Amino acid sequence: MAMQFNKKEAGLYELDVTGYVCPHPQLYTKKVMEKLHSGDKLELVFDNPSSAESISAMCTNEGNPIVDKQRDGAKFLFIIEKG
Amino acid sequence: MEATVTHPIPVSKPVDCCTDRKTYDQAVPRKNIMWVYIIVGFFGLVSIGSYAMHEYYLYLSAYLWFGFIYGMCLQYGRFCFASAFRDLFAVGVPRMVVGIMIATVLFSITSSLVASTGWSTFHAAPWSMHAVIAGLIFGIGMVFAGGCASGSLYKAGEGNGVSMLVILSISVTQSAFVDVGGWANKLVPKSWAESALTKGLPSSINVSDGWVDQYLAGYVWDQPIITFAKLLGLEDNSLVGAFIGNTLVGVILPAILLLTVVYIFWSRKRFVMDIKANEGRSASFTDHVRGFWSMITSSKRTAIAGLFLGIACGLQMFVIEGLRMKFGVKNAGTILQRLGFDYGISAKGTVFDPGYWYVTTQEAQWVGWMAQKLGFNNMDNIYFGWVNGIPSPAINPADWMSVALIGGAAVMALMNNEFKWKKPTRELAIWALIGGALMGIGSRLALGCNVGAFFVRTANGDVSGWSFGFGMIGGAYIGVKFFNWYTEKKMAREMANIDFDI
Repeated sequence: MAMQFNKKEAGLYELDVTGYVCPHPQLYTKKVMEKLHSGDKLELVFDNPSSAESISAMCTNEGNPIVDKQRDGAKFLFIIEKG
Repeated sequence: MEATVTHPIPVSKPVDCCTDRKTYDQAVPRKNIMWVYIIVGFFGLVSIGSYAMHEYYLYLSAYLWFGFIYGMCLQYGRFCFASAFRDLFAVGVPRMVVGIMIATVLFSITSSLVASTGWSTFHAAPWSMHAVIAGLIFGIGMVFAGGCASGSLYKAGEGNGVSMLVILSISVTQSAFVDVGGWANKLVPKSWAESALTKGLPSSINVSDGWVDQYLAGYVWDQPIITFAKLLGLEDNSLVGAFIGNTLVGVILPAILLLTVVYIFWSRKRFVMDIKANEGRSASFTDHVRGFWSMITSSKRTAIAGLFLGIACGLQMFVIEGLRMKFGVKNAGTILQRLGFDYGISAKGTVFDPGYWYVTTQEAQWVGWMAQKLGFNNMDNIYFGWVNGIPSPAINPADWMSVALIGGAAVMALMNNEFKWKKPTRELAIWALIGGALMGIGSRLALGCNVGAFFVRTANGDVSGWSFGFGMIGGAYIGVKFFNWYTEKKMAREMANIDFDI
């Protein structure tokens, strides 16, 4: 499935990179977070386990807290708030 | 803080934010547990059954179980050499650089212990700029492919189809590359061709036909073999040479230097900002020492995996050398011949038997073996015909290690509920094939991959290990620059119709 980026409502965006392997999920996430405004949220969906570690560390480094982490097997949902 | 948005993934229970793995992890389905038993049971049966046939099979089983341990460690720590500098350059994340340095230091300590007893299976490689160039090609390839040679193996164990394609591409490219002759002979410098002819290779190895043959015999074999111990005038197998020369000077000091550079350029800024925001003061030297330590311990999974990998790698050298002594052999080729397997043994009676963790040569061998079965003569080159052979994958010790590595990673992925069959998309399949091909070529030019040419050599004080590593860092930088441009273009298309709130 190709990468999909949508605006769900004001201040809430969705990025689905299911099927992608490293480094695509973390690169797309970084590029989206750079576009968002402080307080905006991103629902990030991916299924590459190693990206979970990298994205978590990236968000910590850049001061964008992950306000929720969900998993369904190998499918991940992170909700990231722009700091 | 609770999530306030709806989400598309049905989850078994709500989870608290954010980093507590106990709440983030899920119960493991019974089906996964069943598969864990099947995989472990299969490897157990192979070991017990083959041992019942002959005790020589212990040698192959040793490779198998170390491979299994490597697979479990790699999957647990999401341990991929490709992500080390790629994630640092792409998204500023140093966790994998830290993990690799921890593993390398631990491996070096255990290696030096083994070397000082005279039981080391390691042989340093010739050193010259070829290691840097090979590392550069390999580094670009591993970014394109989405994983290094070992990372692709463990991700294949997670059910990742892209990684399976990467393995296929590395395997086919290597097998074809080492046998390319004809038009490629015209690209061989005259000095290489002349030097290759003086090496006294048997007539069955047609050394004047084949680019890689003449590169190896006419250039690489003429380069000096340098270790840090030798640079200090010490012996590799002495206690002082191994620990002071190869481990302290060759690994620990460069690792501290490298991690300090990473802290200064990638981690320090966030740490200083946090101190300023929370305590309203500037960071002192003591704070930076704490910051450095927090960078080291920031990903516990990666650090733990690095620790176990480092110890297991050294232990494997000790065990394999012990088995060689027990059976009175220097190479598995003798064992295979004693067991009655003559097919695919090299002209000097050997097969690929590194005695430590290795990834790429056994991948080239299984394709080489298939090509031979299909009628191609690929035993007239140095790589297969003179050094490594092409034994059947069913009795190839290094293949047992790689298959078990995939199995070990699958077991860990199943236990973490992270196993998922993933079909590659066309876009990712193309990157996998291109990246795998570049890694295959880089591996053969360097005589190894991120494991054989970097990790093992660096840990054993071989200067060519760091040379390959610097090339890999350069390749990762180029690969990231390209992917940044590529993803920027794709995101611009996706975002064209999005109205970002002001």
